[in-house]
Amino acid sequence: MKPSPFDYHAPTTVAAALDLLREFGGDARLLAGGQTLVPMMNFRLAAPSVIVDLNRVKELDFIEASGDVVRIGAMTRQRTLEFSPLIAEKLPLLNKVIRMVGHLPTRSRGTVGGSLANADSAAELPMALQVLEGEVVVAGPNGQRAIKAADLFIDSMVTSLEEDEILIEVRLPVMSPNARFAADEFSRRRGDFAIAAVATVLTFEEGRCKTARLATAGVSPASTRLSAAEQLLEGEVIDADAIARAGEAAAEAIEPMADRNASEAYRRHLTKTLTMRVLDRAMQ
Amino acid sequence: MSKAERGFVGQSLLRREDQRLLTGEGQFVADIKLSGMLHAVFVRSQVAHGRIRSVDLSAALAAPGVVYAIAGPDLAKVLTPVPDAQLALPKKWTTRVQHKFLNPQQPLLAHDKVRHVGEAIAVIIAESRYQGEDAAELVMVDIDGIDAVVDPQAGIADGSPVLHEQYGTNLIGDFTVSKGNVEAALKSAPHRLKRRFHHHRYGALPMECRGVVSAYDKRSDTITIWSSCQVVHWLRREASTVLDMPEARIRSVALDVGGGFGVKGHVYPEDLLIPYLAREIGRPIKWVEDRHEHLMSACHSRDQIHEVDVGFDDDGRLLAFNDEFYVDCGAWNPIGSGIAYNTAVHLPGPYKFDHFSVRSRIVATNKVPNAPYRGAGRPEATFAMERMMDLIARELNLDPAEVRFRNMVPAAEMPYSLGLPYRDGEPIVYDSGDYPESLRLALDGIGGLEAFRERQRAARAEGRYLGLGIGCYVEGTGVGPFEGATIRIDPTGKVYLAGGACPQGQGMETIFSQIVADAWKVNPKDVVVSLADTSSISIGFGTIASRSTVTLSGAIHGASDSLRKKVFAIAAHMLECSTEDLELRNGAVGLLGVPGKEISLASIAKAARPGWDNNRPAGMAAGLEETAYFEPPTVTWAYATHAAIVEIDAALGRLEIQKYVIVHDCGTVVNPMLVDGQIHGGFVQGLGGAVLEEFNYDSEGQLLAGSFMDYLCPGASDVPHVDLIHMHFPSPLNPLGVKGVGEGSAIAPPVVIANAVSDAFSERGVEFNDTPVRPEQIVRAVFEV
Amino acid sequence: MTQPVEIKCVVNGKPVTGSCEPRTLLADFLRENLNLTGTHVGCEHGVCGVCSVAVNGHAVRSCLMLAAQAHGAEITTIEGIARNGQFHPVQKAFHENHALQCGFCTPGMLAVSIDFLSTNASPTEEETREALSAVICRCTGYQNIVKAVMAAAAEMRGETVRSDESELAHV
Repeated sequence: MKPSPFDYHAPTTVAAALDLLREFGGDARLLAGGQTLVPMMNFRLAAPSVIVDLNRVKELDFIEASGDVVRIGAMTRQRTLEFSPLIAEKLPLLNKVIRMVGHLPTRSRGTVGGSLANADSAAELPMALQVLEGEVVVAGPNGQRAIKAADLFIDSMVTSLEEDEILIEVRLPVMSPNARFAADEFSRRRGDFAIAAVATVLTFEEGRCKTARLATAGVSPASTRLSAAEQLLEGEVIDADAIARAGEAAAEAIEPMADRNASEAYRRHLTKTLTMRVLDRAMQ
Repeated sequence: MSKAERGFVGQSLLRREDQRLLTGEGQFVADIKLSGMLHAVFVRSQVAHGRIRSVDLSAALAAPGVVYAIAGPDLAKVLTPVPDAQLALPKKWTTRVQHKFLNPQQPLLAHDKVRHVGEAIAVIIAESRYQGEDAAELVMVDIDGIDAVVDPQAGIADGSPVLHEQYGTNLIGDFTVSKGNVEAALKSAPHRLKRRFHHHRYGALPMECRGVVSAYDKRSDTITIWSSCQVVHWLRREASTVLDMPEARIRSVALDVGGGFGVKGHVYPEDLLIPYLAREIGRPIKWVEDRHEHLMSACHSRDQIHEVDVGFDDDGRLLAFNDEFYVDCGAWNPIGSGIAYNTAVHLPGPYKFDHFSVRSRIVATNKVPNAPYRGAGRPEATFAMERMMDLIARELNLDPAEVRFRNMVPAAEMPYSLGLPYRDGEPIVYDSGDYPESLRLALDGIGGLEAFRERQRAARAEGRYLGLGIGCYVEGTGVGPFEGATIRIDPTGKVYLAGGACPQGQGMETIFSQIVADAWKVNPKDVVVSLADTSSISIGFGTIASRSTVTLSGAIHGASDSLRKKVFAIAAHMLECSTEDLELRNGAVGLLGVPGKEISLASIAKAARPGWDNNRPAGMAAGLEETAYFEPPTVTWAYATHAAIVEIDAALGRLEIQKYVIVHDCGTVVNPMLVDGQIHGGFVQGLGGAVLEEFNYDSEGQLLAGSFMDYLCPGASDVPHVDLIHMHFPSPLNPLGVKGVGEGSAIAPPVVIANAVSDAFSERGVEFNDTPVRPEQIVRAVFEV
Repeated sequence: MTQPVEIKCVVNGKPVTGSCEPRTLLADFLRENLNLTGTHVGCEHGVCGVCSVAVNGHAVRSCLMLAAQAHGAEITTIEGIARNGQFHPVQKAFHENHALQCGFCTPGMLAVSIDFLSTNASPTEEETREALSAVICRCTGYQNIVKAVMAAAAEMRGETVRSDESELAHV
């Protein structure tokens, strides 16, 4: 299983990468961590005639906090995120979710931006972006623009990025120090993509839930926010009843996929169960 | 007592194989590089069933780096299929068992029809694998599709498409084995149960895919075939026919093999086509299978449907067992009756009952051919019987462990004649062991039956699900017809062993050096071992069916016994004494009771040489080498009980194994560490088959497993620690008292899991009678979904 | 015909220059161009982990890297793990605990184990199993590999004493 032939370019700046995309158009594919694109090329399911390798674009490898926003360069390795004290401190949910992503060797090459731009239905990072209400910065021939998480993920492997754009940065608001959070996923084996996963971040004021954020992976074609459940929880005391109702609401609202791993009904059931479990765990 | 005095057999010697494997100095077939070597890429059918109209190689032939290409229709003109490919059945069997077999012979490339997705139609030979794959994409294959047969029962129904039209049927095997009068016994039984069990299709999936390298030497008209193979002598025999060359001019050898587990235990078309092409083209050729190819062309296994009907009494004693089962055989049948017959005679298990009948139907379907994989028919049999044991218990409200105790052959009745012939034609006799004790030890191992039932009750009251699964089996091991060993004393005094066994990771170089070391009273370091090479020993059988420790150790003893007589005769001559006064010690032959008075094996080897300085007694032939073949009288019976406690997270469908115990008896143990390793490995493969691994096909015969994303092998986090408890009833059937251990622990896990989950949900009356046990099924046992 | 790429990197401590097609996978570059066949290929789609090697100190799947991407990198393959003929503690532990049978996944297991232990010097069994789930083994059932990695961790922490009285017989 060897890839088809291609021409190879390894630009060292975003500008140069954009130039290459402009020059080669639809014949070119961007190569980030390679953990998704290279297998597809080895299977010849993808056969681009030009590869634009982003791995030498050093300006995209950074993690910084400016004020109450954490900025992460798109080519930051998932592994770097995993061991980053800054992330552990300011985005503990992300610190938890990143460990669910594949295995250590895949995180050593896989990038944050690559995973988000790829938008696999079952990938965990889109779920993290959603639940943390982050946004991405995208560079194109006409300059840069920001895309909110809610507007980024359209369908399985489809984002709102244009063909000539490059995702260059991820921005996440620092989590409230008193936020409660949890994430859980169900898969056939450790490290596999999720059949269903739910993440939650909750803030409180005077014993009642102030903001509730819940997001999924693996359940629908694109990672989704569980707004119905969120609305049920905000303003309430989060007890067993509230958790149960949120679970029901989540299950009802989603549009689950059916595939070899799970039927729609089972995914719906898993969504309810995982929603309740993460809320429960967050409250402990 | 020193280690040497104790003997090396029974010690956990570290492996000599490790040095090279830990440092990247192993040699697997893909590592072979020969000057001028070319690479083969196969073009494989994407259609399950169809007539080949044409194959257009012109664009491929013009592609960069391509040196040669041929398709099935043209190959068929020069090479006919190889006859007698399947393992032959002895007359003792064919005259005792009612049977009908049709053996379609697979051509080296499909030429008239394609019969499964993945079947090779053409081959491209290019300067690199990369270029070969580029060219393979350019091959145009025109196939007229035919409806696919994807279910064995549908495959023998009227109107089904037929794969091998010359037979007019897809029923390519049909046999019945029985004892007693099952029909009458069923009718008169106080209780009856009927169930259907499906043990699904999965396979060996060794980490090393298949591969063949071949080089033809024009000067000597000889050919070498390196293959990742478990049966090098069989390969040579078939190559001799295909290439029309004497075996003496063919060397078939397996270097390091990255796992076999049975899937590399027969001769594949590629094994013969690559050497043919190497000679035809005049340059060495390498073919290394990639994983995508492997999933669709290396044999699959299991995939049997059993319709079981049992009769039993109020105490849960089995009176009659009737089984009609179907083997979904895929498009070809490389091993003939082997798997199905194993299933048939392993059904009775460790139980004693008089009325038994099994009919097996082997059906051709448009899928990858079905061939042996670790257990080879026994997991399917054990699944049917062990599920039934639990169902009988359920029916009578007895404990499943108790029902088994009541049915097991007691130790006092061993050896026990089963009343059925084995595949070697000999009457099955369970030669040694204590089955009830294995079950007792397993129950102790999980913390006691009563203690568990209490925990289970308490958990149920809290809405939690715990289950106990038991799986008991017996296993015929060390099957014949034979294995060969040559023992030679080297002029340096080292002892050289050449054997027909073919290792794939078992540590054979280590264990056979232990066995030879004990036979000759030398250090294992001084044993030189050559295996899996037809140029080292001209007649050999190979490694399948948990046979090599038994059969090769038998041959080693045979050759050593003969050679020792000669060694002693020469030593007696040199020491001027009687052979009665001699013993082997410290790499020498010495006078009994006179320490220091000895002659080294090296000196004896020199004395045995032909020529002027020989020192042989008058009339003795020169040389110090003997070859012997051990032809085991029949199989020797290993056995085990597996027991597991599972906790089920029913809301997710997640299964957690809290405890898994294996009580195992393989007789004398040569190297305990290696035996444990075999048991660990088989257990995890069995577990994979129970819950994760599956080969699924759609209604058009499209294989739905194209990669490791679809076919899920268990990883380290997916499997528990397993506790091993050993029993040792030596086999009476070979000098060392050993029984086979390579396959055993893969046999029981599927039924253990099915039983455990069924037990967890017993109050809901949910039965798990098929594999794999999937999370969604577990959820649906409890929840409205 | 695509333009070949020039690669300069360090492999097992030695500087290496090579040239290959851009599409050449790192695993193939190591095996074919450099004749380092100790790295094995198990699936070519990044699931089995058998092909794992250390790139700049981190274990990665060499079937998912282009050789071109190794330009400027420091790579350690299985051939480079032992130093001066001495086994690395992980290799030694694999040998002493029978953590390999056919040896095909062993290069990947070694690379992943060594990397893992560099991130976690005192792993629990659960953490060890999780790390090892990056590589598929069909022979060992993982039990002895887990044992070996934890034993190596203990030795690397200075906790085990190498004894001449060791019960293990060597051949």
